[in-house]
Amino acid sequence: MKLTTEHKKELMIQAMNVRVKTVELIYHGKGGHIGGDLSEIDILTVLFDYMKHDSGDPDCPERDHFILSKGHSAEAYYSILEEYGYIDRQDLDEFGSFRAKLGGHPNKKIKGVEANTGSLGHGLGLATGMALALKLNQCNNRIFVLTGDGELAEGSNWEAAMSASKFKLKNLTWIIDRNHLQISGLTEDVMPLENLEQKTKAFGFHTLVVNGHDLEEIYEALDTQDAAGKPMCIIANTTKGKGLACAENKAEWHHKTPTLEQVEQMKKNMAEYRKEFA
Amino acid sequence: MEKETCRGAFSKKILEEAKKDKNIIVVCTDSRGSASLGSYPDELPNQFVELGIAEQNAVTVSAGMAAMGKKVYVIGPASFYSMRSAEQVKVDMAYSHNNVKIIGISGGISYGALGATHHSLQDIALMRAIPGMIVEIPSDANQMTALTDELLKNDCPAYIRIGRGEVPVINERGSKIEIGKAISWYGGADAAIIACGQMVYRALEAAAALEKEGIHITVLDMHTIKPLDTEAIVTAAHKCGCILTVEEHSIYGGLGGAAAEVLKTETSVPLSIMGIPDEDVPNGTDSEVLDYYGMNTDGIVYRVKSLIEKKNTLHK
Repeated sequence: MKLTTEHKKELMIQAMNVRVKTVELIYHGKGGHIGGDLSEIDILTVLFDYMKHDSGDPDCPERDHFILSKGHSAEAYYSILEEYGYIDRQDLDEFGSFRAKLGGHPNKKIKGVEANTGSLGHGLGLATGMALALKLNQCNNRIFVLTGDGELAEGSNWEAAMSASKFKLKNLTWIIDRNHLQISGLTEDVMPLENLEQKTKAFGFHTLVVNGHDLEEIYEALDTQDAAGKPMCIIANTTKGKGLACAENKAEWHHKTPTLEQVEQMKKNMAEYRKEFA
Repeated sequence: MEKETCRGAFSKKILEEAKKDKNIIVVCTDSRGSASLGSYPDELPNQFVELGIAEQNAVTVSAGMAAMGKKVYVIGPASFYSMRSAEQVKVDMAYSHNNVKIIGISGGISYGALGATHHSLQDIALMRAIPGMIVEIPSDANQMTALTDELLKNDCPAYIRIGRGEVPVINERGSKIEIGKAISWYGGADAAIIACGQMVYRALEAAAALEKEGIHITVLDMHTIKPLDTEAIVTAAHKCGCILTVEEHSIYGGLGGAAAEVLKTETSVPLSIMGIPDEDVPNGTDSEVLDYYGMNTDGIVYRVKSLIEKKNTLHK
């Protein structure tokens, strides 16, 4: 299934709103993993539109499940959860304050969050277990997990990948936010991951490579019907810091607080972009 | 004396219960043989998950299944599940409140001459420091059966450490236990031994030997290390005036450490901790190693007498 032009436009506007919200959240909260937040926003925007879920009935047994394995990119996740009514605006405003509901990593105490994450290399295994339980129960819900790319140096990911493949978990979709950067620099310098496509395929996944900022490509990949009974892997090539000009493709923006001027400039750029777009 | 393995008792019980409850899942890591799982994988293939030699992944995948409502029992070597999977236990089981129970087999020094890589002598120290975990070391097969019954009624994450070989049966068949409640033996007031796992039998043997000499002690089977029965410890301390803990674990941070935390804040009675010292353990069977460290009837009797002497000196 393809995105209609109108639908795509709605999602692009939503993604812009989430970008601004995320950057403001980090600014007011005085810190956050801004680079990976901004690289994942288009993926999250399409995913939350695509998945079966309902903030009015968050435990609905028929829902799809999402795990943010790269839990440090929580600010964008919180922003999208707020868009869908899981989180109150006030909770976002209190981010970074003492005893705030929203911490630096997601926790199931927060409505809409399905897994406690933060330590890297856990999400794919959790997703595998969840998908396996659903398969054993003969349920059709889908499990989506978003990992980072630097995170893939954790061997636990590959143990989980072997398991997902062994159990033919076609209800599992592993999305990789491939922004090529981690806190110390390029992933290929820190710990080379390439050829990632071949690796995931060798581990038994049906792998697709998409532009992680192209909403249509992401949507079509999520909607892939023929994965030959295999679990699916979507390598989404992204830009770290996407949308905040001063931060784009800069490893030092892995965790950094923007200045008020930088936030205002980004909002201005987004407003102009929106005008052009409209 | 009748002897039985705890792993055999668990396997028998879990097969029986899993036939009645489709949500029970047993997870192995190439460990079905050493776990004595018997016919379980063949009889219940849809309730058995084999994850290969990858304990970290086994804990995380189990947590994922538990998050979807499964009651997951992971069974494999205690040494690997406690240390290699420590972070997965902390994050995916405990912090995430997932109903996963680890049955750590061949715990302590059960693996004998296979050496330190296979011994689990730090597992209790580690597991009991993790918020939300239940930590159990049953003393015999009947207690393991009773414990499995209790675990099935409970949705908290838990670590259960059992040995490899047969252990003397000391609890009656069909007897019940309560998680967090110690079992008291003998009831004497000269000294108290607090023991767990296969050391309970050795403590009871020592108590019997002491009885013959007119020394009457209490033995507490502290099968639950967490939540600890602090009331039983304090009561025993007040009644007996001195405490000896005996465990198949490092002398640091295990049952002795847990008892010390209680005793030093609640009482001032002399305490002696008997366990494996902070050193490389010699090659040998578990019995040979325990004997080497004096963790047998004679050694325990000696330690109890020394403690009583210390108590009496303090009271002079």
